[in-house]
Amino acid sequence: MKYSAVTLLRQALRGQRKWPPIVAPAQLKKNYDVIIIGAGGHGLASAHYLAENHGVNDVLVLDSGWIGGGNTARNTTIVRSDYLLEASFALKNFALQLWASLSQDLNFNLMYSPRGYLDLAHSDGELEHFMLRANAMLLGGAEVSILNRSEIAEREPAIDLDRNARYPISGALFQPDGGVVRHDAVAWGFARSASARGIHIQQNCPVTGLTVKANRISAVTTPLGEFGANKLLISAAGASASLARMAGIRLPLEMINVQAFVTEPVKPVLDSVVNYNAGLCYISQSDKGELVLGGATDGYLSQARRGGFARIEDTLARALQIFPFLASLRLMRHWSGSADIPMDGNAIIGATPVDGIFINCGWGYAGFKATPAVGWSMAELLAGDAIPELLQPFALDRFASGDLIDDAGLGPYPWRH
Amino acid sequence: MLLIPCPNCGPRDESEFDYGGRVIALPPLGAASDDWHQVLHLSCDTDRRVDEHWYHAGGCECWIRVSRDLFSHEISEVAASTDEASK
Repeated sequence: MKYSAVTLLRQALRGQRKWPPIVAPAQLKKNYDVIIIGAGGHGLASAHYLAENHGVNDVLVLDSGWIGGGNTARNTTIVRSDYLLEASFALKNFALQLWASLSQDLNFNLMYSPRGYLDLAHSDGELEHFMLRANAMLLGGAEVSILNRSEIAEREPAIDLDRNARYPISGALFQPDGGVVRHDAVAWGFARSASARGIHIQQNCPVTGLTVKANRISAVTTPLGEFGANKLLISAAGASASLARMAGIRLPLEMINVQAFVTEPVKPVLDSVVNYNAGLCYISQSDKGELVLGGATDGYLSQARRGGFARIEDTLARALQIFPFLASLRLMRHWSGSADIPMDGNAIIGATPVDGIFINCGWGYAGFKATPAVGWSMAELLAGDAIPELLQPFALDRFASGDLIDDAGLGPYPWRH
Repeated sequence: MLLIPCPNCGPRDESEFDYGGRVIALPPLGAASDDWHQVLHLSCDTDRRVDEHWYHAGGCECWIRVSRDLFSHEISEVAASTDEASK
């Protein structure tokens, strides 16, 4: 069913009782050309583009939970492409181009709001680094500018620009195409489109085993039975390392806890997405008026999916340094997610040592913004045999070869990325 | 929130500590690059329990070794660290 004003009116006249399910229940088959583990944004986008761009719909998407119930719905919905290193920038900037028309392409309102991304610098040195990054982005074809303090004040009057602040603000990088996208709609939009093109999506179905024969994927075991597969994509964020282990593949990943927060709703006060870099805090205001905040990882390995109080206190302290008025608001909700972070802090995408098994993991807390570009490129990889140019730098074998993509230059300490 | 029982100072809040990651045995400096790859990149595991280094920056300023459950955060063993070179 195509969603439109006419459909809405027709369904309203029927008392809203005849809407078809967004994802049709599937009669599962014994064998599939491609099986994707993980019905989050990335896995479902890969499924959608397999059908849309390559005509491949003999695909099964499995998830141990529900559609978009993992990190897709736990992030702070920010999209941007302000990366210095070319590999990181290119993938996220391609995603930004896809976000722009994705609501129309999927016929599903993703509420893409390119309200601008404001990255605050706290010293002249940091601002110089931002200029370097902005110049790299300009060379890559992105629109970006450096704002001085009065331009920041004009854009976001609520930001505290007091020179006597603990970490005074000296300028900012501004990417106008950055913004927010309604995250759970991304998962549902891709799921609906994939399902409409004949792809099977099975929720509440954990994978309990992988069968590899002669170093090639042969089947996937689940409580609903065994499914044969020619190709397998593991796109399961925090569960990726355990799943890869089932096929004897070791991944250079650690699990980290990341938290996010929502305040009570207030009237519009913040247009852009603001990122504060003395410590880490990123803030945007939702359409409902709530301020959505996130911070750094908890700082140590964790699979608990519940946050430490020290990070809550730290993130909120940074938030108050940007917006002192936040002191009078209360937090309404708070949650956390288990993020998988590789040793260089960047994603692992591509082939594995086992033929037919492909991987997309290690996005840490930076994966949401790349969703459509990863799906697009992964579909190209799964439909053909060549690794797309955009994905080549993210190969798993970069760790053995030493060709790391360490955006922050931090070394093999995943909890610091 | 972690309450880490420092062997020198007693139970203290996690905010007093810096984190040093897993206890790993570094290969000798002249080891082959694959040996370094195995240790630096593939020492991670999917086990529940991890042995790790913590530095009590806000207390005794000593490195300690902690055995912790990554799901429940339950700490079962703590000892003074004797191997400063492994950090």
